[in-house]
Amino acid sequence: MRAFASRHPFWTALIALAVAILLWLIFAVWPKGLIEVIGRKKVFLNALFNGITLGGLYFLVASGFTLIFGLMRNVNLAHGSLYLLGGYVGFFVADWTGYWLLAFPAAFIVVGALGILMQIFVFRRMEGQDLRQTLVTIGISIVMADLMLWGFGGDFYNITPPEWLSGPMETFFVTGQKRSGDLVYMKYPVVRIAIFAASVVIGVGMWLLLNRTRIGMMVRAGVDDREMLSATGARIQLVFVGVFAFGAGLAGVAGVVGGTFQSVAPGEDIRFLLASLVVVIVGGMGSIPGAALGALLIGLAEQFGSVYFPTYAVVLTFLIMVIVLAFRPQGLLGRA
Amino acid sequence: MKFKYLAAASVVALMSITNAFAGSKSGPVKVGVLATLEGTYTALGEDGVRGMKTALATFGEEAGGRELEIIIQSTDASPDSAVRGARKLVEQDKVDIVLGPLSGSEGIAIRDYSKTQPQVTFINGISGAQETTYVTPSENFFRFNMDGAQWSAGLGDYVFNEKGYETVATVGEDYSFIYTQVFGFATEFCQAGGEITERLWVPLGTKDFGSIIASLPDDVDAIYLGLGGGDAVNFLNQYQQAGGDANLIGGSIMVDGTVLSSKGKAKEALIGVPSSGPQADTWDNEKWQAYVKKYQDTFEPEDRFPSPSLLGTGYYNATTAMIDCLEDVKGDLSDDHKGFRGCLSTLKLDAPNGTITLDENRQAIGTNFVTEVVELDDGNLATQVVSIKKNVNQTLGIDAAKFAKIGLPSRDVPACKASY
Repeated sequence: MRAFASRHPFWTALIALAVAILLWLIFAVWPKGLIEVIGRKKVFLNALFNGITLGGLYFLVASGFTLIFGLMRNVNLAHGSLYLLGGYVGFFVADWTGYWLLAFPAAFIVVGALGILMQIFVFRRMEGQDLRQTLVTIGISIVMADLMLWGFGGDFYNITPPEWLSGPMETFFVTGQKRSGDLVYMKYPVVRIAIFAASVVIGVGMWLLLNRTRIGMMVRAGVDDREMLSATGARIQLVFVGVFAFGAGLAGVAGVVGGTFQSVAPGEDIRFLLASLVVVIVGGMGSIPGAALGALLIGLAEQFGSVYFPTYAVVLTFLIMVIVLAFRPQGLLGRA
Repeated sequence: MKFKYLAAASVVALMSITNAFAGSKSGPVKVGVLATLEGTYTALGEDGVRGMKTALATFGEEAGGRELEIIIQSTDASPDSAVRGARKLVEQDKVDIVLGPLSGSEGIAIRDYSKTQPQVTFINGISGAQETTYVTPSENFFRFNMDGAQWSAGLGDYVFNEKGYETVATVGEDYSFIYTQVFGFATEFCQAGGEITERLWVPLGTKDFGSIIASLPDDVDAIYLGLGGGDAVNFLNQYQQAGGDANLIGGSIMVDGTVLSSKGKAKEALIGVPSSGPQADTWDNEKWQAYVKKYQDTFEPEDRFPSPSLLGTGYYNATTAMIDCLEDVKGDLSDDHKGFRGCLSTLKLDAPNGTITLDENRQAIGTNFVTEVVELDDGNLATQVVSIKKNVNQTLGIDAAKFAKIGLPSRDVPACKASY
């Protein structure tokens, strides 16, 4: 941190200024002039928070995707289908048992098991053949999409969160001032806060697992050089299966999350595959912190876009991708 | 050996050519059906297909002495997917008639495509953009459903005079059909004396409405929602999570069976919401009830909605019109379907949701229903009739010249005025 500051005093000052402005925007009561220029503070704060929580969801989907890619060089284009399957499994488990929390382990186990099958029966048979793997995963995603349409129909499924998570809660962020002088505090959906907290916990957990444990060490070694790792006697196939199962399971968990604050329906698989591709390209292929940064950027871009320039909201995401590809093709935190 | 194959291939080729010539009078009538079986509007397209199948189950799979050969083609609500689908049906499968499409902007694209294929008759499925038949209508494109503006007839008056909503903000998907719906609502509501303070547009397929919901104005009497399919469900879900409690007004596909029978609690926000459209689920009319019964009998309960959605009804009516006129001309589609098209243009379709006739642009004039969402005894949600408006034409009863002056539906047309 200090080294960065002394090497780039200009950038440090700029970043500090930006953070200061952001903090002021979040905590201050906005003066009238500012409201006239960019609208009410409530809208801004909501866009900011929604962008961060949406980023949390994107992170859950994309981190599995990037982990699998980083270790095995598999571009798994069936990742969106795993997300969708997780959503359906979560809905039925939550519906039958009545326990929303049970949906998460159930989706993780079922989708993770499917991931193991895919790794053993598909990817292991075509190791190192990138193009073939990519085409096969496209095929699998189409077949799975049709099977799910057949099984679950085209209806929209909403996973209902438990009572204590539904509805809004009052936060300590001030959105404005009433004429009487009372401050108005922002209300925000509890479920979104819970989901964001959960994705932070998962993210930190993953970072600890990768950087502080023996298994994590093997995975990192495998990302750098698979051949060397297997030459040292590590059972690399086992590591592969484990990582694939974990990545797929995460997609399943993300499906439950997505089904709770959005909905599960055909077509979501493609949407989330595209979102995780963009996130991973922006953040850097194979990097977990990169996925977090990319997810945050894309989530914020979508939400701010949808309120401040709705017509071009869709373009904004891709604009970020284009800029990143033009100036830093390996991704923001990717290694060349 | 090689020669033999060649000969066989030539024979097959020749046979298919003669078939193409013979196709106009005998053999099966090939009907291509376009429906959104992918993407946000999957549930809507599925029910459209069910409506078509209900008609076939009612009137038989034969018309005018010729068998009906049905080919279903999936689209995803985007205009290019609809044109691609129609090309495949027309140029590869050589269909005689295309039934469809389902979504607003698809309809505009198919109208343009139909002009390049004068030998094929196009009967609209349920797409409801005004432009499709109002601007440069196509000779061989027929629409037996009313457009989105006609589906709004009666709603503006009702919410202003009965509900007492004086200021309304609208949220809608950013495409032709919803423009048309808001157009119909706004012209009537503003003429009644109401004011539309803000119009928010979101891209079709928006999943996260969090920020849109936060930016809804809180100083209006009600919020008009022009969303459909998955977008509608997501909005309602997130609206409840955000603790929203404003009065809502529903667009036609917002309170449709497709949303009312979604799984989960999201739809409960719609109970009591006023809306309007070409049908009311619980209407006690005999013909309507018979149609609902037929729909319910044709499919297993888990493969259908509790009662047909307006999309199912649209495809049902389109199929019925086609069968009626094929019977009328005894299956004769010669001379570029001349007799068949003549019959369609003058047909008085005795539809379950009221009699439908076509105007000079081949656009439906029909009956519209103002409804409210109620919870039935079995826990399902359905729409209930509040009032019925007959003979709603495309210019909404406004003088044609004055109507043309309002302009075409778009993000900010029509302007909110007391008279047009």
